[in-house]
Amino acid sequence: MFGLLLGDFSSAFGAIKLIFWDPLFDENFASYARPQLLVKAGPIILIAIGLSIGFKAGIWNIGAEGQYILGAIFGASVALSLYPQESILIFPAMILAGALGGFIWALIPALLKVYFKTNEILVSLMLVYVAENILASVSQGLLRNPEGMGLPGSRNLKDYPSAHNSEILVNSGMHWGVLTAFLAVILAYFLFLKHQKGYEIRIAGEAPKAAYFAGINPSKTIIFCMGMSGLLAGMAGLFEVAGPSGQITMSFNSGYGFTAIIVAFLGRLNPLGILLAGLLMALTYIGGEIAQLMLGLPGASIQLLQGMLLFFLLATDIFTNYRFKSKGS
Amino acid sequence: MAEVLLQMDGISKSFPGVKANDKVSFQINSGEIHALLGENGAGKSTLVKMIYGLMQPDSGSMKLGSENFRPSEPSKARQSGIAMVFQHFSLFDALNVAENIALGMENPPKMSDLSEKIETVSKSYGLPLDPKRLVGQLSAGERQRVEIIRCLLQNPKLLIMDEPTSVLTPNEVKTLFETLLRLKEEGKSILYISHKLEEIREICDFATILRNGEKVGSCIPRDTSAKQIGEMMVGKSFSSPSRKTRVFGEELLKVSNLSIRTKDFFGTSLSDINFSVRVGEIFGIGGVAGNGQDELLSALSGEEKTSPSTIKIFNQPIGKLAPDERRAIGMRAAPEERLGHAAAPAMTLIENTLITSHSEDVIDQWGIIKFDNVKEKTRNIVSEFDVRTPTLDNAAASLSGGNLQKFVIGREILQRPRVFVVNQPTWGVDAAAAAFIRQSILNLASNDSAVVVISQDLDELFEICDTFSVLTNGRMSKSHDIRSLSSEDVGLLMGGSDLDLKNRDKA
Repeated sequence: MFGLLLGDFSSAFGAIKLIFWDPLFDENFASYARPQLLVKAGPIILIAIGLSIGFKAGIWNIGAEGQYILGAIFGASVALSLYPQESILIFPAMILAGALGGFIWALIPALLKVYFKTNEILVSLMLVYVAENILASVSQGLLRNPEGMGLPGSRNLKDYPSAHNSEILVNSGMHWGVLTAFLAVILAYFLFLKHQKGYEIRIAGEAPKAAYFAGINPSKTIIFCMGMSGLLAGMAGLFEVAGPSGQITMSFNSGYGFTAIIVAFLGRLNPLGILLAGLLMALTYIGGEIAQLMLGLPGASIQLLQGMLLFFLLATDIFTNYRFKSKGS
Repeated sequence: MAEVLLQMDGISKSFPGVKANDKVSFQINSGEIHALLGENGAGKSTLVKMIYGLMQPDSGSMKLGSENFRPSEPSKARQSGIAMVFQHFSLFDALNVAENIALGMENPPKMSDLSEKIETVSKSYGLPLDPKRLVGQLSAGERQRVEIIRCLLQNPKLLIMDEPTSVLTPNEVKTLFETLLRLKEEGKSILYISHKLEEIREICDFATILRNGEKVGSCIPRDTSAKQIGEMMVGKSFSSPSRKTRVFGEELLKVSNLSIRTKDFFGTSLSDINFSVRVGEIFGIGGVAGNGQDELLSALSGEEKTSPSTIKIFNQPIGKLAPDERRAIGMRAAPEERLGHAAAPAMTLIENTLITSHSEDVIDQWGIIKFDNVKEKTRNIVSEFDVRTPTLDNAAASLSGGNLQKFVIGREILQRPRVFVVNQPTWGVDAAAAAFIRQSILNLASNDSAVVVISQDLDELFEICDTFSVLTNGRMSKSHDIRSLSSEDVGLLMGGSDLDLKNRDKA
């Protein structure tokens, strides 16, 4: 990537190959990287599907990262409070609690918007920082592992069979969260293709006055869209904490909630597009890690690549819809 | 006098799938008011846009005076002495008149000089206008004056006016015509686009008639009857709406003490509106747009909720019901703004049909949309109301204004509403389509419905309505039997005076 900027094509090609090709097909990396693809793509897709529902209606939930954190805290709390009892009902209860946590966190900007006309972009974004502070607090306090010798962080749910979000197929990366993400893609596709609610969301985004004329209540649309996106982000957080991450720690969140915004737009707010964009974005995460390892690139370089993806996508939209004009007409 | 100002020679312009103009030739002389006539989609706007430099012809040539003329952009056209007043004004509500005019100029002078110039021009052409007033507070007629003065300051040779009288009161039309005649005396030419044949016969010296992109004839309007001109436009004879005498039944819609404070800074508050409409009656509400028409429609459609008993249907209070709940009991509305309000621009006709359909035959109990049935409904609207569209999957925005209006009206009327409220039903629609829409409103009323028609087209109201009142400044006049009113009476009503009539009849 940087080679390209300097005009050195062979090293640019090498970097691109390292990010987009080697994780899947180089035998040194593939065995580790292939399952990771689904592990990373799962939560991103799940969150992005939720966000796209709101984005289509012109409701901008930017705070999925916070809803993701709250989902993880709520879900993990259920498991940690029941430890060490074993029951088949524990995992489903955690999923519900995770969804509820994200839902409640997203409902705050939604209700403020409905009743006080606040801007949901600002409120939901600021709530991310509140969520991060709650996360820091509970990982040192309420949810701290009593047997952890005073170190911050909760018990590891990987060691708690009833609560562990295990792989459905061994070494595939396919855990329950990934399955849920695929299910969400299918349901969202159906929602916008055939269902009244999807139609209402689309018309509210396309022509708000026409939606109002049709009898669609804007407050209900706001609450539904924010609630759904929070719910899915919360579930993503739960699946992550119960699976790949295993525990609540101060550095639990890794930016999936923000990456999902890019993925939603990269997928043109279309569920199938989001599926593909999510896989691509997961690849840049993994490829980026390999590139950091092999080329000694700084960690921020992969965020730069992701940012550039969104930037050029938006630029493409500008140039397909508008054209340059000389001054003076 | 016979000096040719603009010569159009074999102008053709195609868009994918459509030939908008096909070898159109005509000429405009200096000091002539030249009418350009045709139905919606006949190619008038395309032709005018090419003269004004917004588009370039595929073939053919234009000559301005003795020079070849092919403006590549509007500023070039303006430099050559061509000015245009658009049907839709491009003015900023929050700026004053002088600031708005300065924004549209290539090299605006100092504000104080400009104000002086505006006052001089407005005096000499009989267009009273205060340069310091906010545009948001002006009536439609005054806004048009802003646009005209903006054009006149450039001292044009040819002034193009697109549907200039569609938003004006009869008095404002008179003022406008005096101005146009004064311009003509000065040797300026005017290209006048309109549907209103009577106006064209009154003021234009020559008319060119377009149909399907071709020039199909020309005439001297004064010596040709409106019927003959109309038939040239549509290529066939059409009948004006026939009204059967209807017997009115019981009171169906009753509005009492309706007052609404507007939330829009430039909106109009409604105060104490009272009227009722009987079964079979068409109730006409005249007055210039911006006097509370939009607010009244949204109160009746349910977009603006009021206290329950201010609006009643068959004595059932409905003021609190949402638009879809009102549709369920048979009350439907069609707002004035077609794109963005009555229809979603980027959505297909099928999806737009769904905007006002909520019944079980299109959406099942699980909320699944039965698209086959919606498609059938759409097909029905398109065929019954002669909506011209390539497919049902075309976006609403791709239809011409008249066709979309037929779609919007048809969508509501085919549901056989008991109460139908419509705002500006034939605004910007050609004569044949307007006649069709009016006829379907009449038919609806004779099928035991009550209809409220809000319109600024007085001829239209006189053609179809039984009862008439005027909405001025958010207040409504008493209602009168339309047959008892003379045009002076209407003028008085529009001026806001009720007193003289009150003694004469107590309708």
